[in-house]
Amino acid sequence: MRKIKIEDLIKIKKHALINRELSEKGIKIRITVHMGTCGIASGAQNIMDALIKEIEKGKQKDIAIITSGCMGLCSREPLITVEIFGQEPIIYQYMDKEKILEVFKKHILGGKVLAGYALARGKEEQIKERIKHNGNLPNEIVLDRTIPGIEEIPFFSNQEVRVLKNRGVIDPEKIEDYIARDGYRGMAKALTEMTQKEIIQEILDSGLKGRGGAGFPTGLKWKYAALSESKIKYIVCNADEGDPGAYMDRSILEGDPHSIIEGIVIAAKAVDAHHGYIYCRAEYPLAIKMLNKALGQAEEFGLLGKNILGTGFDFDLKICRGAGAFVCGEETALMRSIEGKRGMPRPRPPFPAQAGLWEKPTILNNAETLANVGQIILKESSWFANIGTEISKGTKVFALTGNVNNVGLVEVPIGTTLAKIVYDIGGGIPEGKKFKMVQIGGPSGGCIPTEHLNTPIDYDTMKKLGAIMGSGGLIVMNEDKCAVDIARFFMDFCQEESCGKCTPCREGTKRMAEVLTNICEGKGKEGDIELLEEMGEVIKDASLCGLGQTAANPALSTIRYFREEYESYIKNKKRSVSSRRVFKPF
Amino acid sequence: MEQQIDNLLEKFNLEQVDGLNEIIEKYRVDPGGIIPLLEEAQDLLGYLPINIQKQISDKTNISLSRIYGIVTFYSFFTMTPRGKHTIQVCLGTACYVKGGKKIAEIIEKEFEVKPGETTTDRRFTYETVRCLGVCGLAPVIVVDGEVYGKVQSSKVEEILEQYK
Repeated sequence: MRKIKIEDLIKIKKHALINRELSEKGIKIRITVHMGTCGIASGAQNIMDALIKEIEKGKQKDIAIITSGCMGLCSREPLITVEIFGQEPIIYQYMDKEKILEVFKKHILGGKVLAGYALARGKEEQIKERIKHNGNLPNEIVLDRTIPGIEEIPFFSNQEVRVLKNRGVIDPEKIEDYIARDGYRGMAKALTEMTQKEIIQEILDSGLKGRGGAGFPTGLKWKYAALSESKIKYIVCNADEGDPGAYMDRSILEGDPHSIIEGIVIAAKAVDAHHGYIYCRAEYPLAIKMLNKALGQAEEFGLLGKNILGTGFDFDLKICRGAGAFVCGEETALMRSIEGKRGMPRPRPPFPAQAGLWEKPTILNNAETLANVGQIILKESSWFANIGTEISKGTKVFALTGNVNNVGLVEVPIGTTLAKIVYDIGGGIPEGKKFKMVQIGGPSGGCIPTEHLNTPIDYDTMKKLGAIMGSGGLIVMNEDKCAVDIARFFMDFCQEESCGKCTPCREGTKRMAEVLTNICEGKGKEGDIELLEEMGEVIKDASLCGLGQTAANPALSTIRYFREEYESYIKNKKRSVSSRRVFKPF
Repeated sequence: MEQQIDNLLEKFNLEQVDGLNEIIEKYRVDPGGIIPLLEEAQDLLGYLPINIQKQISDKTNISLSRIYGIVTFYSFFTMTPRGKHTIQVCLGTACYVKGGKKIAEIIEKEFEVKPGETTTDRRFTYETVRCLGVCGLAPVIVVDGEVYGKVQSSKVEEILEQYK
C-alpha cells in the first residue's frame, strides 16, 4: 500500500461508503456481530461461527458478516444487527447458538422478523433521522411494528453519543471504516491548515477537561508542554483504566482505536513531539490486540511514522503493556513504569509537561480525552462546547453497572442528573428493590445517596458532595447493600494497591481497613467512627499522590451519609441496613 | 556461567532456555524494555524464579535487585510455579456488588486455596483480580483467558469441571 495523501482520505471515504451500501444485486444482507469483550464473554464467537457455517452451507454470496465493537448495552449481549436491503435494520438481543439459527432461517432467509428476540428496529446512528420521520425512514420498509423503534428506547434516546459515535457501526479492524466516518480528517486539518498555537487555542476554547478524573483543562496542559524548548518531547496516552467498575476506555480501545491514535497525533503536532506511547493495562488483551492492529494499519497508510500524509510531520507510536498495578494510572508512576521501573509516584512539581518521561517534557492524556480531540478539531470548539454546563463542556461516558436494569456504557452531556442516568437510561433498580446509593469515581470517589439524585454531574458538584467524577464508573447499589461493607471493600482495595512509598498512604489505608474490617466483623468500638474520620483527613492531606489523597473518600463519604449505619453496626455488633435514606423510584 | 545454565536446566528444558535468551536479546537495548521482557519470559516459562532473574540480570546488565524489585511490585509476575489452569475471580466493584465474593469463597473452600496460591495437585492457580472491565456481565470469572459472565454461585463447579 502506498502512503496516502490528504485528498486520498476523501477517496477512501467515498469508496468505503459505496462498499458498505446494500443493494439488490450485490451484497443484499449484512449481519453485524458485536464483539467487544462483553459480547465475546457472552458467546458472540459461537454466534459468528454458526453464521459463517450456515452461509458456507448455503453458498450465499449476497450476505456479508462483519464484526463491530460493543454497542453499549452490555447486559443484553450477545447482540447482532441484521440489515436487509430496503428494510429496517433489526437488532437482536440475548442471542445464542439455537436462536441465531432460527433468526437465520426465518428472518435472513425467510424474511420474517422474530419479534420475540428483537431489541429494536433501526440503528443507533439513525435515531435523529428516525425521529424526524416519525420512526419510519422513507427508504426502509417496516416489518413488524410491535418491536420498538430504537428512538423509543430510553437507554439509547437519552444519550448524546459523540466519543462513542462509532460504537457498533465500524469494524475496528478496518481503518477504511473509521475513515468513512470522517476519521483522520481532524488530524489532516491540524497537520495542514493549523499552526501549533491554533490547535492549542481550539482545544482551550472547547473547554475540554481531562476525562481521567482530575478534570484539568487539556489545552492548558498542551500549552505548558509547547512552551518548553526541549528537542525531545513525548505524548503518552493513559489507557491504564484501573478504576474497578469503569470500562469506557476499554470499549473505545476495542471498538474505535483509531480515534485515540488520531487524538495523539494532533496532540503531538500541537506541542511538536515526535514520539509517543499508549500505556494500556494488561487486563485488556483484546484492547491491546485491536490497538496493535490499528497501529499497523495507520503506519501502512502513512498516518503514523515518517512524513505523515505527506506533510513532513513525523511521529512514531508504541504500545506499552502494564503489569497489574493500580497505582500506574497515576501519571508519574505510569512514566516510571514505561521507563522499566517500579511504578511509584514522585512529588510534583516538576510537572510532566516540564520534566516527564526520561525527564523530557511529556503530555499525559487519558484515552477518552484523546478520543474527543479529532472531532473538536474537525468540527471546531463551538460544536464541542454547545453542550455541557457553564464550566464543563462536552459529554462524559459513564459505565453504569451494579443493581440497575440496563447495564452498559452511557454517554451524556456533562451536567446530566444522576436520576436521569439511573432511572431513564438505566431503567431503575431490578427486582422491585429500592435505590440506596450510587458509588461514583471508584476507590477515589464516594457515594451519592438518594437526596442528591437530582444533582447535575460535574467535576465541581461531585467534589462538593464528597465524591469525584473520576473516570466515570457509576455503581448503583440497592437497599440490601451495606455502606460500611462498601467502604471496607474500597479501603481494602487501596491498601492492597498502595505502592508503599509514602507513610500516610501505606500505613493509613492499612489501619483504616483494619478498623472497617473490625466493624464488619462485629468487633467495632466506640470512637471508631471518629478515628476513621481523623485518619481519613490525615491521609488526604499528607499523601504523596492522588491514590493516597483520595483513598479515604469512600469511607468518609459513607460516614457522611450513612453515619447511623456505622453507629448501629458498632453498637449492635451486627449489620443493619438503614431504611431512612432509601426511597421508592418515582 | 555454565553452571548457571545447568541450574536453569534443572527446572526448564533447553528449548525454554533458548527461548529465554532470544527474548533477552530482543529487548536488551530497549531502555524501557525490562517489563515487556519479563512479561514474555513469564509467558514462556510460567514463572520467574530467582535463577531466571539472575540470568536476565547477567545478560542485560540490569541489577538483580532492580529486576527483583519489578517482579515483586507488579501483580502479574510470580516467582512460584503455576498450575495447569488459571482461575481469576473478579472482585472489582460491580462484581463485588453482584456476588463475586461468594464465588471466591466457594473456590477457596472447594480447592483449599487462597488468592495467589496453586492447588496441591497443580491443577489450578487461583487469583483474584480488580476489574476486568466486563462489568456489564458481573459477576465474572476467567479461566485460562476464557471469560464467564453472570456466573451463578451454583454454577462455579460446573464451569471448573471442564478444566481437568
